[in-house]
Amino acid sequence: MPFLPHLLLATLEGLVTSAVLALTALGLSLVFGVMRIVNVAHGEFFMLGAVLAWAITSAVTGHPALGFAAALVLSPLIVGFVAWISERLVLSRIEYNPEATIVATIGLLYIIQQLALTFYGPEARPVTPPFNYRIQLPWFGYSGYKLSIIAASALLLIAAWFVLTRTRIGLVMRATQYDRETAQAFGIPVGRVYGAVFALGAMLAAIAAVLIVPISQAHYLMGLDPLLLSFIVVIVGGLGSLRGTVVAALLIGVSDGIISVFFSPTLAKIIATLLVALVLVFRPQGLFGAATK
Amino acid sequence: MTDSNGFFDLSRKNISRRAALKGIAAGAGLMAAPGFVRYSQAQSSAPIKIGFQAHRTGIGAAYGRWYEKTTNAAVKLINDAGGINGRPVEIIVEDDGTDPKRGAEVVGKFASQHKTDVVYGTLFSHVVVGSAPTAGELKIPYYVVSEGYHVASGKMNRWVFQPGITDVRSQVTSVAPWVAANLGKKVTMIYPDYAFGYDHRDYFGPAIKAQGGDVIAQIPIPPTESSFTKYLPQIPAHTEVLYHVMVGPGVLTFVKELGEFYGSNKPQLFGFIDSLEAVDINSPGLEFLDGSHFWEGSPRYAQANDSEAQKAYRKAVGIDDNGASVSDPKDVSTAAHMFGCWETLYVIKKAMEDAGYKGPEDRAKLVEATEALTEFKEGPEHPQGDKIFNGKIHQVFGHQNISKVEGGKLNVVHRTSIEDGIYAPEADYTTQPL
Repeated sequence: MPFLPHLLLATLEGLVTSAVLALTALGLSLVFGVMRIVNVAHGEFFMLGAVLAWAITSAVTGHPALGFAAALVLSPLIVGFVAWISERLVLSRIEYNPEATIVATIGLLYIIQQLALTFYGPEARPVTPPFNYRIQLPWFGYSGYKLSIIAASALLLIAAWFVLTRTRIGLVMRATQYDRETAQAFGIPVGRVYGAVFALGAMLAAIAAVLIVPISQAHYLMGLDPLLLSFIVVIVGGLGSLRGTVVAALLIGVSDGIISVFFSPTLAKIIATLLVALVLVFRPQGLFGAATK
Repeated sequence: MTDSNGFFDLSRKNISRRAALKGIAAGAGLMAAPGFVRYSQAQSSAPIKIGFQAHRTGIGAAYGRWYEKTTNAAVKLINDAGGINGRPVEIIVEDDGTDPKRGAEVVGKFASQHKTDVVYGTLFSHVVVGSAPTAGELKIPYYVVSEGYHVASGKMNRWVFQPGITDVRSQVTSVAPWVAANLGKKVTMIYPDYAFGYDHRDYFGPAIKAQGGDVIAQIPIPPTESSFTKYLPQIPAHTEVLYHVMVGPGVLTFVKELGEFYGSNKPQLFGFIDSLEAVDINSPGLEFLDGSHFWEGSPRYAQANDSEAQKAYRKAVGIDDNGASVSDPKDVSTAAHMFGCWETLYVIKKAMEDAGYKGPEDRAKLVEATEALTEFKEGPEHPQGDKIFNGKIHQVFGHQNISKVEGGKLNVVHRTSIEDGIYAPEADYTTQPL
């Protein structure tokens, strides 16, 4: 294949990875930014989103798009509810102690994973995409659905940015993030905000999973990769920074696409890890993160 | 020999000949009577315990589930017919998570904790390779239902056997002439980047070269990969045949992405059904496979010329004419491999009978008896077809099927002979001490 079409394919693949990664990492970054919690179970919320998408699409009959639309709405809601319950029952009880929350979310990871194994089973199952449209380019064909993932993710990111910076909800979140005690003193129900933020973070992961599941498959062990990549993205981009998350997701996703198409996927992972190391050494707060106050 | 008290002098007890005869007759009558405990002729009626190392979870789970169904069906028949050496067979299952480390632990658990007579059943080659040293150390016969060339290559040890299913080297050697003659001579290979894939890489190339063909590109893919489009540009444009073999959860995605990439303008495809085991050939996105060919160990779809043994086997394991579960048409079986469980159990039975196997103390005798086997006739015990066994390399050789996807089904278009898959052995396990 000539160089330019090859590069085009690589970029498209990279953009799909970036799109899903940006949503997943944004969830992780948001939870850390506001609550100062490292949510190790984040990948499992992603997996839960995909598994629920399978369950919902197989329950809905008729055109695949109907089931997919239902999954896109219901699956994040259910995942958000599960996250909210876990936040209220576990994380709030240990008062967001940094060490305790890491252990608690690791526990949550295993519980969710084992529940998925028990009730969903160990198989990888496909979800029918809402539409099957193949775009024929002169050199190769490409999935129309994959392109729609990029568009959907971009819209969701814009919506997230709008909520965080232009609405009262965002203001409350940012106030809580800036100073928990002062926010409480001003009458902001910090506990409820935390519950909502944790649920929102999980919902973002679930939405990303519903979008990706028609082109991969739902599997009970699928949470690990998104978790690791999200960590890489938030470390590179800077914790709690929306702009940093998006830029880092683009950087990691597109470079992953290009390096793995032209060289090897293993090299892409090596370079991503190296990037994390360099960022930690030279700019520990991340490319766009603010230094700790 | 008597002492002064006559204690050991039986003659002084005066048991009459008549009484003795009566006793013997009664005993014999009891043994022959209908409904008498079936396992009476054995010295012990304790069950023969077979440890089943199953892939219940992990990437081999779909295979594991069907390996278990097949095993249970075969064991039921064996027990109904009187068990092995007059003793019932009991299967003890342990999940290895399709993980080599856990696999070795499971073998240890069977030997030390469950005290099973043998270990059996593993499929994934990395689990076999990870578990085999433990079986050798603990001196417990380890009957695998895998496919890799690891057993026949001599890299395992004297305790490891593959008597129920052919190995990859034999499979690719026997299909190569057909591929070169019918599909094309310039081949690009896509295979998983671990032992099982390397067997394809290492043995298909020479086999196709012998037919005047050539492997023009080789594309290894990590077994955990979930997206494949990025590899597809590596396929050279002048490829005539795309040879694909994949395993794990990503295979359906692989075929779909191949379809999106090529559309109708595709090279000939030759795949190993491993890529689509347990996957419905009519799944959305797989229309792309129409007209392409697959290797199958045993055909998934019932064929017009199926033997009575094959029909009885399909009925016993509970698969319909489409190779799906009779109770759930969406539950597609791993028909191309799972017959190996059935046949391996019958090989264990035969070897135990030949060895007069009584318990773990006879394990070495069992190894020798297995090595002494030479051929298996097609029939209820070997429904996939007749086979020959090479005791030196612990490997069986048999027929392979090449099937074409037509009208949403797989139809067998060519069946290789046993000789097509024979290669010169590179090892001799029988020289190793027991």
